[in-house]
Amino acid sequence: MVEKITVLPPALELRSISKRFGAVQANRAVSFQVAAGSVHGLIGENGAGKSTVMNIVYGFHRADDGEILVNGRPVKISSTQDAIAAGIGMVHQHFMLVENFTVIENVMLGVEGGPLLAEGIAKAREALAKLGKDYGLDVPLDAIVGSLPVGLQQRVEIMKALHRGAQILILDEPTAVLTPQEADQLFRLLGRLREQGKTVLLVTHKLREIMAITDRVTVMRQGSVVAEVETKDTSPRELAEKMVGRSVLLQVQKGPARPGAELLTVSNLEVRDAQGVMRVKRVGFKLHGGEIVGIAGVAGNGQSELLEALAGMRAPVGGEIRFGGRDLVAEKIDPRGRRELGLAHVPEDRLRVGVVTSFSAQENLILGYQDHENFNRGLLMNNQAILEDCARKMAAYDVRPPQPGLRIAAFSGGNQQKLVVAREVDRAPTVLLVGQPTRGVDIGAIEFIHQRLIGLRDAGKAVLVVSVELDEILGLADRILVMAGGEIVGELSRAEATEEKIGLLMAGVREEKT
Amino acid sequence: MSTPKQLPRWADLILLPLVGLAAALLLSCGVIALLGESPWQAMRLMVDGAFGSQESIGYSLFYATNFIFTGLAVAVAFHAGLFNIGGEGQAYIGGLGAGLVCLWLGHWPFWAVLPLAVMGAAGFGAAWAFLPGLLQAKRGSHIVITTIMFNFIASALMTYLLVNVLIKPGQQSPETREFGSNSWMPFAHEILARVGLDFTATPLNLAFVLALGAAGLVWVFIWHTRWGYALRVVGQSPEAAVYAGISPSRITIMAMLLSGALAGGLGLNELMGSQHRILIDFPGGAGFVGIAVALMGRNHPVGIVFSAILFGALYQGGSQLTFDMPRVNRDMVVVIQGLVILSCGALENMFRQPLTALLGRRRKSGEGRS
Repeated sequence: MVEKITVLPPALELRSISKRFGAVQANRAVSFQVAAGSVHGLIGENGAGKSTVMNIVYGFHRADDGEILVNGRPVKISSTQDAIAAGIGMVHQHFMLVENFTVIENVMLGVEGGPLLAEGIAKAREALAKLGKDYGLDVPLDAIVGSLPVGLQQRVEIMKALHRGAQILILDEPTAVLTPQEADQLFRLLGRLREQGKTVLLVTHKLREIMAITDRVTVMRQGSVVAEVETKDTSPRELAEKMVGRSVLLQVQKGPARPGAELLTVSNLEVRDAQGVMRVKRVGFKLHGGEIVGIAGVAGNGQSELLEALAGMRAPVGGEIRFGGRDLVAEKIDPRGRRELGLAHVPEDRLRVGVVTSFSAQENLILGYQDHENFNRGLLMNNQAILEDCARKMAAYDVRPPQPGLRIAAFSGGNQQKLVVAREVDRAPTVLLVGQPTRGVDIGAIEFIHQRLIGLRDAGKAVLVVSVELDEILGLADRILVMAGGEIVGELSRAEATEEKIGLLMAGVREEKT
Repeated sequence: MSTPKQLPRWADLILLPLVGLAAALLLSCGVIALLGESPWQAMRLMVDGAFGSQESIGYSLFYATNFIFTGLAVAVAFHAGLFNIGGEGQAYIGGLGAGLVCLWLGHWPFWAVLPLAVMGAAGFGAAWAFLPGLLQAKRGSHIVITTIMFNFIASALMTYLLVNVLIKPGQQSPETREFGSNSWMPFAHEILARVGLDFTATPLNLAFVLALGAAGLVWVFIWHTRWGYALRVVGQSPEAAVYAGISPSRITIMAMLLSGALAGGLGLNELMGSQHRILIDFPGGAGFVGIAVALMGRNHPVGIVFSAILFGALYQGGSQLTFDMPRVNRDMVVVIQGLVILSCGALENMFRQPLTALLGRRRKSGEGRS
């Protein structure tokens, strides 16, 4: 044998795991090894089967076929208890924390160690202090979890997994809710875990993270593993191509912006959420024709409420939105009225707001335009016109499969979003509001949607993009506004914007006012 | 990513309810056997009692007419995401509307009374559904609670009116005088006689045709008008409705008005068609049966017509059963109805999964062969 002898068996090994959901083959003979004491990346587009693999490893689903080995020994994982017993811990994208419990109570949950809490708390406190020291997990143990910033809440999740004896830590899209700086802190923490001999499996669709922290990376596409490479031997471009299966443009191609007339003016806008909490505080900005303005910020800093207020879905408590010579706030113009004036909206939450999932594609393509004269003939709807409109948009936006009668839920995220963008962009609105334009959208469709937004800009219209994906903001926007705590804390031209500058603003570090 | 497993449309609409029905009947057979009667004999008596003669068919369809109206009422509200349990009360008050028109204008020619009576029934029924709708839309009071409460209020109100105001002087039973005979719905046997067909005299009357017409209109409204579209958007996703500029509260009120108006149609059949007077508790639970009818009919007018006929047949066949089998009483019919509701509504998902798996397997093996 001339092969290099590995002293340790892989911490986690999957051998031809297959899983089918009805007609969909979610995983097809997935095999890969995660070396002990390494940070291993698992990337793939939405729908590539990453989550299914993770759910099988963590005992949420059972594989139809194949086996899982932990430290070289086959294990049977049919519940999360089995997974925990095998030393596997998971940090979910959406935290599984009890918000009004303290950190220590959350960490103990399920491993209280007896009927009386006091003893358990004392033990847990000791154990957590040690964990904290070993890994630099700096978390105030008696703080209420709900009061902690998101980055710390994530640490509580990690602490929870470690406290349960996890040797292998799976993180599912861990940076989705973090500022770039918080993400860097997380990566440093993962580095320390690696030094202490823990194994980390990082599931993500962000190439930057893979390059920043992992040792090896497994790429999945359409349920199969298509590549497994050493991170140092690869490049973002190569990984992206493997993910998509063809060459892709990572950079958005666009010419310089030529800002024209002022189209939309927002001043002193104040918006409360359903609970009455002030989420948007005295926000003011202008949109000009021929520019894309990006709003960056960590999720939950008022961007959603701002977008809803602009679109007319949520009534502001104060301020003005001037558009087309009218004050949309004072005149209480509803979303339909705003559409008629030329203010269109691609909502953040596509499945809950942007489409009606149980409706067909053609029915969804008239959502918001259902009263339009083209779609009605007297009292009845003109189904022929609706069908033709849908067929035409499907062709123009390359929606697959091009079946207007198919339920929208049967389309992939990318195709759903193309349909929503088609619906809103096709009528050439003067101002387009876009929330998370490419959330849950595959790379191929991302390019396409970005091109359409830029096309709208080049036609002299204004586009406002709200996105938590900093790369997307940097790629698309000509001017960037940063929101934190409900306020616009900074404005940067594209030329002066860098990830670091935006990240600091997102974290609430204000720029010197000039 | 798993797409939810789905039944083909035909199986969802037809096969699944039939499987549910079969299961319910099987359970009923078990109960009848426990009572010491022959299930086979009982089923034969039921089917015979429901469809065995012109008379039984007439009665089955007469009952079905009530259920079509109340089933449609539930379905329209359901498409807007509202569970209207108040069909009983709305039908009760709607009947009052039709009845008042007939009492006052009963001497007018029928074709003049009919549209007014329809408007009376629909208007009063809608009015009774309006407040629960308004409370839901503006105050968030849950429609299930308010419509149930309104059933009681309707019942109390009608008792008061019939005992103290509308009662025919000089009698004990709380009911009005008879409507002028001009305002009576033509019976089916009268209509058929006019075209030369012989049919046994039954309470089946023109209202059955009106109910079918209402089903047709509901179908057009829900799936072929912009208002029906808006109503379905609100029912499926209130957030998407707000996004589309559709006001969920306005649609909620509209849906409840329509729902109440449809429930009111029951009065046309029961009062104008058969009783020819307003009497205590004439809806007789049809408002609640409407929930089961809508559930089983998948909230689709065609399905509702069929399931209403089924429930009409159960009702009629069940009464036949109680005549012929001494150990089976009226309550048994309620038990059978309950079992149908249970297996078609509550247990639906229990049948759905095995059925989906079965059909899926068959289709897959079919693909393999081709």
